[in-house]
Parts: sequence; C-alpha cells; structure tokens
Amino acid sequence: MYIQTGVRTVKIVKSAQAGSLESCDILISVDPAKEGSGIKINLESPAKTQFGDLILSEIKEVADRLEITDVKITAIDKGALGYCIKARAETALRRGAGE
Amino acid sequence: MSKKSTKRIDDTPVNRLRRTRLYIPGNNPAMVQNAVVYGADSLIFDLEDSISLDEKDSARHLISNALLTLDFEDCEVTVRVNSLDTEYFIKDLEAVVPAKPDGLLLPKTQSFDELIRVDNLISDIEEKYDIPIGTVKLMPIIESAKGVLNAEKIAEAPRVIALGLGGEDLVADIGAKRTKLGRELDYISAKIILACAVSKIQAIDTVFTDVNDTEGLYEATLRAIELGFQGKSVIHPSQIEHVHRAFSPSQEEIERALRIVKAYKDAKKKGLGVVSVDGRMVDLPVVRRSEKILKWAEASQHKI
Repeated sequence: MYIQTGVRTVKIVKSAQAGSLESCDILISVDPAKEGSGIKINLESPAKTQFGDLILSEIKEVADRLEITDVKITAIDKGALGYCIKARAETALRRGAGE
Repeated sequence: MSKKSTKRIDDTPVNRLRRTRLYIPGNNPAMVQNAVVYGADSLIFDLEDSISLDEKDSARHLISNALLTLDFEDCEVTVRVNSLDTEYFIKDLEAVVPAKPDGLLLPKTQSFDELIRVDNLISDIEEKYDIPIGTVKLMPIIESAKGVLNAEKIAEAPRVIALGLGGEDLVADIGAKRTKLGRELDYISAKIILACAVSKIQAIDTVFTDVNDTEGLYEATLRAIELGFQGKSVIHPSQIEHVHRAFSPSQEEIERALRIVKAYKDAKKKGLGVVSVDGRMVDLPVVRRSEKILKWAEASQHKI
C-alpha cells in the first residue's frame, strides 16, 4: 500500500544515457541527485549561444512531464532537432528511473 | 475486450500510390529527418530488425516524437513495430499510435485472430487519445508458411490495407533455395496477390537485398508488376529510382491507356455497353487497368 501524499515524483535511481555523438543526435546522460537538489543540466552544444536556452527548456519539459524533480543531466549536442532532444531525454530519464 | 469496430471506415488509404516503401532505421535521427527527400511514396520507420534489443526504447521514443513533430509532406508514414509475440509490441503501440501514423507494419503475421487482438489494442489507444477509431491502418507482413496459408483471412481483417511478404524468412521456412529471380516465391506471391485482390487491398513485394545490383532490382520489379504487386519495399534510397523506372509505363502504353479511357467515357455517354479500341474489345477490367497505368504515368512525371 502506498500512502497518498498528493505529490508524486519519480526517482532517478541509477546513471543512464541515451543518444549518440553522431551528427543530428544528442547524447544525454543522467545521474541520481539528492532530494531537493532540483533539475541540473549541463549542456555542451555548438549552437549554445543561439539555441542553448531552447535545448535546456526541451530537456526540462520532458523531466517535468515524467514527474522527475531531482536529477543531474549532462547533454552533448551534435545539432539535434527538438523532437530528437525530447526523445533522447525521455529515454535517458526512463532508463535512469529503472524502467 | 472492446466491441469496437472493425470495418474499413474509409477506403481511400487502400488505393494510394505505393510503388516504393522505404525502410528507415528508427534510431537514426539524421536518416529519420531526411527520409522525405528521397522520393519514396511511403516511409517505414523500423523498430524491429534494424534495432538492437538494448535500443528498442530509444528508437520507439525517437519515432513517436518524430511523427508528432516532423512534416513528411506527401509521403505515407508507417512504422514497423516489433511482432505481437515480443515484449516490445504493446510498448511500441502505446508510443506510436497516439502519434497517428498512416499505418503499422506487423511483422510475422500468421493469423486472422492475431489481427483481431491488434485491432482491439489499437482501438483502446485511439479511444483514449480521442482519435477516431480505425484511423491507424495495418499492413501485415507474411513471413511464414502458416501465414501464407492464412493469407485470405489476414487480408480480410480489420484495418488491413496492404499485405507484404518477407522473402528471406519465407524461403527459410519452406526450405527452398533463395535465387536471384525468386522462382521459389512464385506460388507464395501469387497466393498473397490473390488474397489481396479478393479483399481489394494492395500486395507489396519483398525487398531486393543486393543494393549494388540495380539492374537486377529493375528486372525483379518488372516481374513483380507482371505478377500483380502494386509496389516494392526498398532498403536503400538508391533503389527508389530503379523501382519507379520499372513502374513507369512506356509512351505507347500511356497513349493506348488514354485512348481506352476516352473511348469508354464516350461510349458510356452514348449509352453503349461495349467499345473497341485498336480493333480489340474493351470492357471494364481493361478500363480499370488503363486507369492504373495512367496513375503510374502521372506519378512518374512528378518524381522518378
């Protein structure tokens, strides 16, 4: 039995990654983080000045949707489009959550 | 289980042009986002054989997001999911159906009952996401002797708009020898084509695996067209033009088809049942065939 607290979160329980360093892709790694530490994202991208904020918000959006509140994320972008960034974030986070 | 329907609600997807359907590995973003530029009539994003077991999840997420976001223009967009007997099947459906592909290719289909189960599972997902029931069509791939013997029932199943066959698996299953001309698949192909004809759906030929042998591909496609296939699956963009070349009617064929269609229309206007063109009787089946030739001719002018 679970006690209903009203706040549902999904925990990152292990290090995981998804994607690749090939052109048009992005490699996203996730690591567990202490409770309350929030979503921390470290981004490396050739287009960081123009698109850095957009890429960060896309990754954050996926973490929010999956109800993940504490995680350390490293992203190495090789020119991925938004759909790919979201997909790789989802795969890495789900893998990290032990799915 | 649900009581949802099983009728083909709209038959237009059945008749669309499907000369080539190009397989694209589902975990390669560069290929996925460029898929539309090669000129194939139909795209197949693959979650099955081209994806290793430990990347099934990432391919599934990539294709689901690609379908929701990217514009594939006039191409028909389909996904080859993993087969029903794998642990990936239901996850594939849950990820892909909400993104509304035109259709799903079902590998290793063997029976009508399997398709009823798949129809119900898809209906449940469509209902959950407010997608009209029956939106996502099915294109089973027959890859076993059992599937071939059940082809008629498979062709009748809900949502089914085309049948394909997996040449390599079939040859292995019946214990034949794989040859260049593919004689070993003649009966199987004919049986699948007949089953499709009865249900008024399309039969699509198997892939030609030697990517470097473009003339061989051209010859094999001519042969497939003679047998009654409406299209061919391709595994490399360079194969598309050779298949389209085979589907492109000659000037003579086009002119004759135009004469036949015109003569038929004129005769109909005058209330005549039978007409003759070039001294030969023309009836409805001949007219239908001529219309198909004109459709292929038109397509060849747009993209070759």
